[in-house]
Amino acid sequence: MDVSSRGNSNHEASPSTGTTVVACIFKGGVVLGADGRVSIGNYIMNRASNKIAPLSDSIFLCRSGSAPDTQIISDNGEHGGEATLPAAGQINYNNKDHLVGAMVVAGWDRLGGGQVFGVPIGGTLAKEKWAIDGSGSTYIWGYCDSEYKDDMTRAEAEHWVMEAIALAMTRDSSSGGVIRLITLDDTGVHHKYVRGDEVPQFVGDLPFPTPAAGGASPAGAAPAEGAAATGMVVG
Amino acid sequence: MLPRPTTHSKALGPGVAGPELAVATSAVLDRPPQPTAHHPLTGAQPCFVDPAALGDPRQHTKYPYVTGSSVVAIKYKDGVLVGCDMLGAYGSTKRYKSTQRIHQVNSKCVVAAGGEVSDFQHIITLLDELTTDDYRTDDGIELTPQEVYSYLCRVMYNRRNKFDPLWNSLVVGGVQGGVPFLGMVGMIGTHYTDSHVTTGFANQLARPLFRERQHDDMSEEDALALMYDALKVCYYRDKVSINKFQIAKVTKDAGTSISEPFALEMRWDYKLFAQPTKWAVGAW
Repeated sequence: MDVSSRGNSNHEASPSTGTTVVACIFKGGVVLGADGRVSIGNYIMNRASNKIAPLSDSIFLCRSGSAPDTQIISDNGEHGGEATLPAAGQINYNNKDHLVGAMVVAGWDRLGGGQVFGVPIGGTLAKEKWAIDGSGSTYIWGYCDSEYKDDMTRAEAEHWVMEAIALAMTRDSSSGGVIRLITLDDTGVHHKYVRGDEVPQFVGDLPFPTPAAGGASPAGAAPAEGAAATGMVVG
Repeated sequence: MLPRPTTHSKALGPGVAGPELAVATSAVLDRPPQPTAHHPLTGAQPCFVDPAALGDPRQHTKYPYVTGSSVVAIKYKDGVLVGCDMLGAYGSTKRYKSTQRIHQVNSKCVVAAGGEVSDFQHIITLLDELTTDDYRTDDGIELTPQEVYSYLCRVMYNRRNKFDPLWNSLVVGGVQGGVPFLGMVGMIGTHYTDSHVTTGFANQLARPLFRERQHDDMSEEDALALMYDALKVCYYRDKVSINKFQIAKVTKDAGTSISEPFALEMRWDYKLFAQPTKWAVGAW
């Protein structure tokens, strides 16, 4: 997510930048997830940010794109009492002139259970089973399309969201840091925080060294004679 | 260096090896250009199409495609350490995660690069030509880091003058006459030597650490710890980077070596990270 506003040469061309946000419904509720990176240009301004803002007790908003614009909406989104999700969706639509961010609104209510609304740039309201947005989302359409199933259990859904965000973080430089998950069902709101060194890694990445390995020199870091890396060897 | 045949064709510029007829006459246009070992068709790699022969203006490198990010390097008691991550980024995509951006020139010298990876691969080809000549001369004399540094300065500056730069920031590190050497050459030919050099984001992030903690007579243990901290801060704060690094070491006694890829331990256990917006709902 970019802190700078439009027109500043620091931010990337597309307003939908610097984030991966994922949400999906499962049997009995909804899971939202987001990465934790906020950047200005190439500089990581915040590596553990919280991009999931509450609109009410049971409705949450994942924000991507221009940070100030989406922040205004989440600030204004607080109602007293329990709101239903379509009403929260209506607020976003009425403010569409101000939307240069892309959002995913998800929540749970008594009437409809878990619901996910994608709100891309422009203010379209799209009720979906799952929604992804942000610059990192481009890398995970394939994963989401092929791995999403109806009526997943809560654990399966959380795994799907977390894996999707981790896959996006491993390829998108504008996404990274921590993963935050929020699960909503009839028992309430459940937060999950995945530290940056506990995020799933994939082939090509190296696992984060554990503190148990000691703060001493990483294994193999003392240069060995004539050692060369595999992969794309330059020259 | 062995003398190479050069041409002063207007299309290619002075001092560049090229075909006899770089002006587009029908004799050139009607036959495909023939490359030979002594006459690469352009000043760069041998290829089968000479843009000048076809009448096209020289292409200018306008922007890089696959890029490397920061390089950090310091002198210490026994020599120099040069480190960087292993990412070849494609814009903001972390595309290639095993690019080796440090190249061993000989037992005295390494070169590392940020910027366009293909241009660095070309520079390695040029350096390998020099090293091969040294080997063939077979007199035990190798290029010193200072010579490699001066050569790269000339290459970069001359390409810049043709408005076709090699889009790299190069770090040359080594030991000569028992004394550590460290230099930086930029894509427009800017160059300097110092006790610690960096490229890219590390200029902002790592140089302050070096200014505070680097000494020319520091021990290897302290130097490695400082390098790890510099690489860590580059990973924390440069978004186009990965937690996969290599460090090259050039010493007076043990020559040159490049490490296996390794990851560094990062701190993510701060309490405030867990719930940063608990008391500031709506903030990030």
